[in-house]
Amino acid sequence: MDTLLVPPDAMQRRPGPLWLLAEVTYRCPLHCAFCYNPVDFAQAGPELSTEDWLKVIREARALGAAQFGISGGEPLLRDDIEILVREARALGFYTNLITSGVGLTEARLAALKDAGLDHIQLSFQDATREANDLITNTRTFDLKRKVAAMTKAAGYPTVINCVLHRTNIDHLDRIIEMAAEIGAEYLELANTQYHGWAFLNRQALMPSAAQLAEAEAVTERWKARLGKKMRILFVTPDYQTKKPKKCMNGWGEVFLSVTPDGLALPCHTARMLPGLEFPDVRDHSIDWIWHDSPLFNRFRGTAWLPSTCQSCEDKDKDHGGCRCQAFMLTGDPGATDPVCPKSPDHALIDAALAEAEKPGVARPLVFRDPKNSTRLGRAF
Amino acid sequence: MTQHPARPAIHRLFRFQWEPAQQAHVLLYPEGMVKLNQSAGEILKRCDGARTVPQIVADLEAAFNASGLAPEVEAFLEMADAQNWITWNTD
Ligand code: SF4
Ligand code: SF4
Repeated sequence: MDTLLVPPDAMQRRPGPLWLLAEVTYRCPLHCAFCYNPVDFAQAGPELSTEDWLKVIREARALGAAQFGISGGEPLLRDDIEILVREARALGFYTNLITSGVGLTEARLAALKDAGLDHIQLSFQDATREANDLITNTRTFDLKRKVAAMTKAAGYPTVINCVLHRTNIDHLDRIIEMAAEIGAEYLELANTQYHGWAFLNRQALMPSAAQLAEAEAVTERWKARLGKKMRILFVTPDYQTKKPKKCMNGWGEVFLSVTPDGLALPCHTARMLPGLEFPDVRDHSIDWIWHDSPLFNRFRGTAWLPSTCQSCEDKDKDHGGCRCQAFMLTGDPGATDPVCPKSPDHALIDAALAEAEKPGVARPLVFRDPKNSTRLGRAF
Repeated sequence: MTQHPARPAIHRLFRFQWEPAQQAHVLLYPEGMVKLNQSAGEILKRCDGARTVPQIVADLEAAFNASGLAPEVEAFLEMADAQNWITWNTD
């Protein structure tokens, strides 16, 4: 039985997107310093209407998209996500809500379930204002415990995502233990990707090599102990592994994201890239955006790759890495991702890693909130 | 696993459906989609938690006018079980 992951079809028109991610709002009750949202989110235009979102959902489904994710910000701050889920589900989408859990009430959950919501991913926060101590961890887990019990009773498996960084990674043992207590079936431990606010806070968030090694050892111990009961996925940080990632599985290959104010993006952080025009879903069809817009074709495939990558045997594997990372670090969105040791700019990564080893450096966090956003007024 | 009196059903983390854009049956789950070939699709279509494995085999043999499908079906279900695509109903 050959079961295949969606194959690119060489002979026909390129396949449509598989994923539609709706970032329905930048509003959020939390202030995570590792947030990947653009730092200047406060300057974004008005949010799309329910009707606009329904149009996006219908058009993406018609192109063959099968996965519908709702995130933000905190998506529960919009009161129409039940409507979006209902439409997406009726059209055949697998629907997934990515939420901090803040604001999820019994009534809201029942309405979402009734609308046909397939899956809930609870993100675990830390590095909030008071976050450097375990007490905050515990408080956050109290909320998760409540929400997890509620979603479990509604028949959803408990799937938790926790972002790891310098100020919480030493608590990993306790974090995993609490996830197990909650009865999580799946725990994703994602090392911070340095985009948006996380890039701004990179110095404060990047763990030392020793912290990271300890975290991996702790994870392995728990994996051995828990086995199939709770699956744990440890997402390695590309700075440290020095492995460029095939971002979004390739630009314009499977993923389509739409910002709260209606810009279609090939990756949820691409709006920071300079010199590109981001198509507005109110002015263009998803079909045109996906197949014909200059944006979605700009870094498609491998023909555009810089010479460092052109001559490399791994270019089909990683497409030269992350465009946003290349831009943030080198100023050129078309450069080889500097995390790659072959990049002419790789010294930038080694410098950041060396910085993370220095003891006793003050590392203040800038929290994600509208005031800081307006004050800073830049993308990352 | 294979001479279970139990009745296979699609695991609750997955949704099985016909996907027009793929012209194939697929399994949808939080991280993605598995596109199934025709025989896999026909087997999973019958994993409704009500039919036993022998019943599924008999059903397929009747539908496709074939015989001796048991080994193929059992091998597939074993793989599907390992992938967590199915669970076993015993009550
Ligand atoms: S990472 Fe934190 S601040 Fe950013 S959207 Fe998610 S919950 Fe809100
Ligand atoms: S040189 Fe380019 S293609 Fe080769 S591994 Fe590095 S990023 Fe990937």
